[in-house]
Amino acid sequence: MAMIELNGVAKTFVLHNQGGAVIEVMRDAEFSVAPGECVALSGASGAGKSTLMRMIYGNYLASAGQIRVAGVDLVQAEPREILALRRETLGYVSQFLRVVPRVPTLQVVAEPLLTLGVDAETAQVRAADLLRRLRIPEPLWGLSPTTFSGGEQQRVNIARGFAHDYPALLLDEPTASLDAKNRRTVLDLILDAKARGAAIVGIFHDAKARAEVCDREIDVSEFAPRGAA
Amino acid sequence: MTPLLQVRDISKHYGARIGCTDVGFDLYPGEVMGIVGESGSGKSTLLNCLAGHLPPDRGEVIFDTRADGPVDTVTMSEPARRMLARTDWAFVHQHARDGLRMTVSAGGNIGERLMAVGTRHYGDIRSRATDWLERVEIDENRIDDRPSAFSGGMQQRLQIARNLVTGPRLVFMDEPTGGLDVSVQARLLDLVRGLVREMGLSALIVTHDLAVVRLLADRLMVMKDGHVVEAGLTDQVLDDPQHGYTQLLVSSVLQV
Repeated sequence: MAMIELNGVAKTFVLHNQGGAVIEVMRDAEFSVAPGECVALSGASGAGKSTLMRMIYGNYLASAGQIRVAGVDLVQAEPREILALRRETLGYVSQFLRVVPRVPTLQVVAEPLLTLGVDAETAQVRAADLLRRLRIPEPLWGLSPTTFSGGEQQRVNIARGFAHDYPALLLDEPTASLDAKNRRTVLDLILDAKARGAAIVGIFHDAKARAEVCDREIDVSEFAPRGAA
Repeated sequence: MTPLLQVRDISKHYGARIGCTDVGFDLYPGEVMGIVGESGSGKSTLLNCLAGHLPPDRGEVIFDTRADGPVDTVTMSEPARRMLARTDWAFVHQHARDGLRMTVSAGGNIGERLMAVGTRHYGDIRSRATDWLERVEIDENRIDDRPSAFSGGMQQRLQIARNLVTGPRLVFMDEPTGGLDVSVQARLLDLVRGLVREMGLSALIVTHDLAVVRLLADRLMVMKDGHVVEAGLTDQVLDDPQHGYTQLLVSSVLQV
C-alpha cells in the first residue's frame, strides 16, 4: 500500500487584497509513493514543486482532492491529527531553519525525539551522532543555530529532520549549498532512510544526487492548469 | 478522547456593540491555541468570558473537571468556579502587577497559591517556592524580595511560577510577552514552551504578535470585529491564509 497518495489535488490562491486576483496553480495532481521509494519532483522554477510539497506537509491547504499520508487525509484532517502525523510519521527538511532564539543546537536537533517522549539522554546521544556525521564542530553544539552560517544551518536542519526515523519524508533541496563531503553524508542518510522503508518525496536541483537516490521523477508541470504557462 | 474545553456559541455584547459573537471550538489536552487579531477585535473579551472573569450573554464553556467530568462553567456556582480557577486553571495577565501581589515577597506570591489549595507545612511551601523560582530562572536569593524590586521580565516569570505551582491543566494567557523587550521575550517563550511540554498543559494565548503564536501555538484562531474569521493549524493559517483579513494581517508584518 502507498505511504503517500495524492488524488485530484488542485491549488488556487485567492489574493483578497490585490483586487481579488485568482491564481490557479495546479489541477489534478495525482501520484503515490510506496515505502522504500524515493520520488523526485521536477519541473521549471515556478512549476509548483514547493507548493505541492507544502500541501503534502499540510502547510498549504489544497483547494480540492485528497492527500493521504499513512491513511490520514491532510486536506480534511483536524489540526491535532496533522500535528500527530508530523510528530510520528511525516518529516520535513525545509530550506530554512526556524527555531526559538537561544535554544542550543543539540536541543534543536533532539527536539523531535523529545516530543515523541524519548528520554532526554537517548535523544541527545542521537542528536550528537547526527551533528558529528554532518560535521558541525562540537564547540558549537551548545550555541543557538540562529548565529550559524547558511551551510551550517542547513546541516542542523537536516540533522533535525533525520533525528526520528519517519516513515514518510519530504526533502526540499537537501544537498543545496553543501560541500562534497557533507553532500555525501546527506545522500547516505537518504539511502539509509530508503533502506529502512521510508517513503520519500524530494526536490533536487543537483542532478547527480537525484539520479543516485531517486527511483523516478514526477514532472510537476504536467499538473499545470490548461491554458496556463 | 474528551476535549478539555468545549466552547459553544459564546457571545458578549457591550450594549449595542459586539464584544465577541458565535465563538465555538474544542481544545484537547496538551493543545496550545493562539487567538490573534487587532486591538478591539474581541480577543480579550473572549478570553475573559472563557476564564470566568466576564459573564457571557449566552453560550457554554464546558470544562472536563477531574471529579465530575465535563461541566458548564458559565452556569456553575461562583465558589465552584473560583475553586477551579485556583486549582485546574491559571491566568497569566499582560501586566504582571495584575497577577501578582506587589507587597508580598516572591516566595510568598508562590506560597499563597499553594496555601489556597490547602498546603500548610511551611518548609514544604518554601521548598516548592524555591524549586519554582529556579524553574523560571529567578535566583534563589531573591525569594524574600518583593516583586516591585524585579524587572518586568522577572515579574512576568514570577507570575508564571505563581500560576503554575498548583499544577493546573489549562492556562489562559493575555499578551504574555507584551511590553517586554525582544531578548526577554525569547527567553520567556522558550520557558513557556518547555513548561507546556513537561507539564502537558493546554493553553489559550491571546496576542497580536504573530511570531509568538508561530512559536508557541499548535492552532490559531483569527478574530475581527468580534467574529472568528479563520481557524486552523498555525503554520497553515500564517503561510496560506484563506481569509482577506488574515492575508492583510500576515502581509502587514514588518520583516527584520
